[in-house]
Amino acid sequence: MSTEPAAATPSPDAAAAGSAQAPADPTAPQTHRSVDSRLTRLRGQARRGLTAARSRIAFWSRSLLVRVVVLTLSLSAVVMITLGLILQQQITAGLLQSKIDAATVEIDNARQTVQNSLSGADSDPNSLREQLQLALTEIGRVDGSSGAQNSTAGVFEPVIVPSRIGSDADLAVAQPLADVPAELRARVSQGNVSYQYTTIRRDGQAIPALVVGSPARTSTDSFEVYLIFPLAGEQGTVQVVQRTLLVGGVALAIALTGISALVAMQVVRPVRRAAASARKLAAGDLAERMPVKGPIELETLASSFNGMAEAIRVQIRQLEEFGKLQRRFTSDVSHELRTPLTTVRMAADMLYDGRSDFPEYLGRSTELLVDELDRFESLLTDLLEISRYDAGMAELSAETIDIRSCIHASIAAAAPLADQFDVQIVTVLPEHAVVAELDTRRVDRILRNLLNNAIDHADGKPVEVELAADPDVLAITVTDHGVGLRPGEAGLVFNRFWRADPSRQRHTGGTGLGLAISLEDARLHGGWLQASGTPGEGARFRLTLPRQHGGLITHSPLALRADGSAAGSGATPDEAGPVRMMVDDGALKPAPHEEELHPASVPVGGATAALISPEVPAAEDEPAGPGVPGPTGGAASTDAPSPVAR
Amino acid sequence: MKARVLVVDDDPALAEMLTIVLRGEGFDTAVVRDGSKAVDAFRDVHPDLVLLDLMLPGVSGLDVCKEIRAESGIPIIMLTAKTDTVDVVLGLESGADDYVMKPFKPKELTARIRARLRRADVGSAERLRVADVDIDVPGHQVTRDGEPISLTPLEFDLLVALARKPRQVFTREVLLEKVWGYRHAADTRLVNVHVQRLRSKIEKDPEHPEVVVTVRGVGYRAGAA
Repeated sequence: MSTEPAAATPSPDAAAAGSAQAPADPTAPQTHRSVDSRLTRLRGQARRGLTAARSRIAFWSRSLLVRVVVLTLSLSAVVMITLGLILQQQITAGLLQSKIDAATVEIDNARQTVQNSLSGADSDPNSLREQLQLALTEIGRVDGSSGAQNSTAGVFEPVIVPSRIGSDADLAVAQPLADVPAELRARVSQGNVSYQYTTIRRDGQAIPALVVGSPARTSTDSFEVYLIFPLAGEQGTVQVVQRTLLVGGVALAIALTGISALVAMQVVRPVRRAAASARKLAAGDLAERMPVKGPIELETLASSFNGMAEAIRVQIRQLEEFGKLQRRFTSDVSHELRTPLTTVRMAADMLYDGRSDFPEYLGRSTELLVDELDRFESLLTDLLEISRYDAGMAELSAETIDIRSCIHASIAAAAPLADQFDVQIVTVLPEHAVVAELDTRRVDRILRNLLNNAIDHADGKPVEVELAADPDVLAITVTDHGVGLRPGEAGLVFNRFWRADPSRQRHTGGTGLGLAISLEDARLHGGWLQASGTPGEGARFRLTLPRQHGGLITHSPLALRADGSAAGSGATPDEAGPVRMMVDDGALKPAPHEEELHPASVPVGGATAALISPEVPAAEDEPAGPGVPGPTGGAASTDAPSPVAR
Repeated sequence: MKARVLVVDDDPALAEMLTIVLRGEGFDTAVVRDGSKAVDAFRDVHPDLVLLDLMLPGVSGLDVCKEIRAESGIPIIMLTAKTDTVDVVLGLESGADDYVMKPFKPKELTARIRARLRRADVGSAERLRVADVDIDVPGHQVTRDGEPISLTPLEFDLLVALARKPRQVFTREVLLEKVWGYRHAADTRLVNVHVQRLRSKIEKDPEHPEVVVTVRGVGYRAGAA
């Protein structure tokens, strides 16, 4: 704030000398800016402080103990205050009522005295004054002597005034007539016995007082008698009562709070114990039990908890047992099926080798037999593999290798198929080694499945394999320019036994489980396997794996969509091909336009990409429209962050 | 002279089929159907190679493998229906040189058998030295400070392959081709397990190998002479 005047100073300078304006001017907005920024900062701090306070309050208000204590304290305070007010009112009212009752008796006596003393008094002011004085003394004396009755009323000051107008000044004999309120005098002069509270001053102190008045008629004249009762004693009593109530109330509220805290602790402590037990149980200590003791409710809690723990333990044991059985079964089926299959396989191969000696129909039968045996074998292998995944017994045996060797090996394995369909495989690999911790057998299988799939759907056009890596993550894309995927199919390709187009002739006779197994293989690595495609333009599969075993993936170094940009969506496969090939030179790094696309194609929380699993339908694979950035549209992923994932 | 193959398999059909195939390929065969008699049969038959089914009644194939290996360095090929890494590695660790996964094709099996029976050409009086280990290639002798170290033929081949090109780093795939005779990339676990076995015999401290050195992310090479 101190900088504010500095902002104002340039203006007189500027008026004095025009040249001075130039250096002065820039400071003005600068100062403003600094003030602004400070304000913003302060505001930010205040907001942060508020948030922190709020969160702290939120934390405390969520503690049962604190809640009970605070609630007891506030509720008992409310009760105490209400009760205190009512009590005080009752006591005050009672005190005043008894005072009034006593005062009424006293005023009767006084009137009687006045009537007796002043009856037959003549109208001579002097004798009247004497008689008045006498009556006053009489009232005061009576007051002093007959103690029992008067002690209730306490001390009072009598006032006697003749009702005749104009005689007040003459007749008031050293009387505190001024202390009698005018209203009361008006009521009494109309012939009523009445009282009123007022404040009188004695010895320079304001004291509440009760004034009672009554008309007194003698045969000759009429008077007004007033008695002024100072209420100092009653006020003192009320103050004592107030103090007592306050101290008692506070003490009681504190005591209640303490008691409630104690009681709450009795409840909270076992709850905390139960929570600790539950935590241990959740951490895998299945033998954890709560001690069954204490009050009956806690006993119930403990025994219910223990019952639950036991049920969980039994369930888990059963599942473990089931898993073990499943594993045994898988293993046994594997062996039991494979052994006879081996014999059949060998016999069939012997027949196949000698088929030239057979008549034609037997030779053809032998060929069919061998072909179908191949299919049967791969189906059996895949089924066993996927059942191993289903039984949760798939294990990752990671080793450190150069992923390029994996790619070369799987391309070599796919080469015969590629030759058969006259499909060229183009690789875009970094020149340096890309070392990663991987299960080579599984990565090989993924790549082989992707390659077979791409070759099968390539329609004779080239298949591209590209590898890119950053320090944490590596990505491999397998792209074909064949039939592509229709909208929605990107999510279905990983489903078991899913076929893109039942009417299409299958070349390779895959088992229909390859991509499903590949997806599981990728997941086992903590990786993604995603698909995207455009009908008639081809499909791209992207495998993204962490380079460290157990690493997390947040992005992929390669784009999922083959076109890579909106402009590419209109390109024909033939045009798209050369475009991709141009990337070869810069193969070590992803092309710039791909980097731009990463934020959009990174699957965050499953928002921009759908999860693929056999159970979950995946995102629509819409081809990007003209001018619409493409990458988010058709991405379907296995991204781990998605809550649907597991 | 015909090479003799001992087939240890409890499944009669498969054993017979194996016999037919192997005889057709020019091998002499003997069949044992009972695992507990396998070791006795091995002593009687003096085979050139053992074809061993891992799942045998009575005795575990792994135990048979260990017993035979304890007596001889003769090539052992396991037949296994188990594809799990653990099972394969266990088989290899108990002494098998190679394995064939059921179901296999007859040609695949005979190729594996021939690869195991074919020994590396021995140069005349070739002597190699890796770290402090001397290798007498024609004599099939490995010594350290004159003390002979007993290796199986496969382990010997592996060591010689590495020792012949001391500065070259061999990938697992290359070793698979050179030592096991696989043309296409196969199971690299074969290499890993056998390197471990070789190290356990020739290294002073297998935890810190000096003879067969791992090149991280690439493969293995021979230690400096």
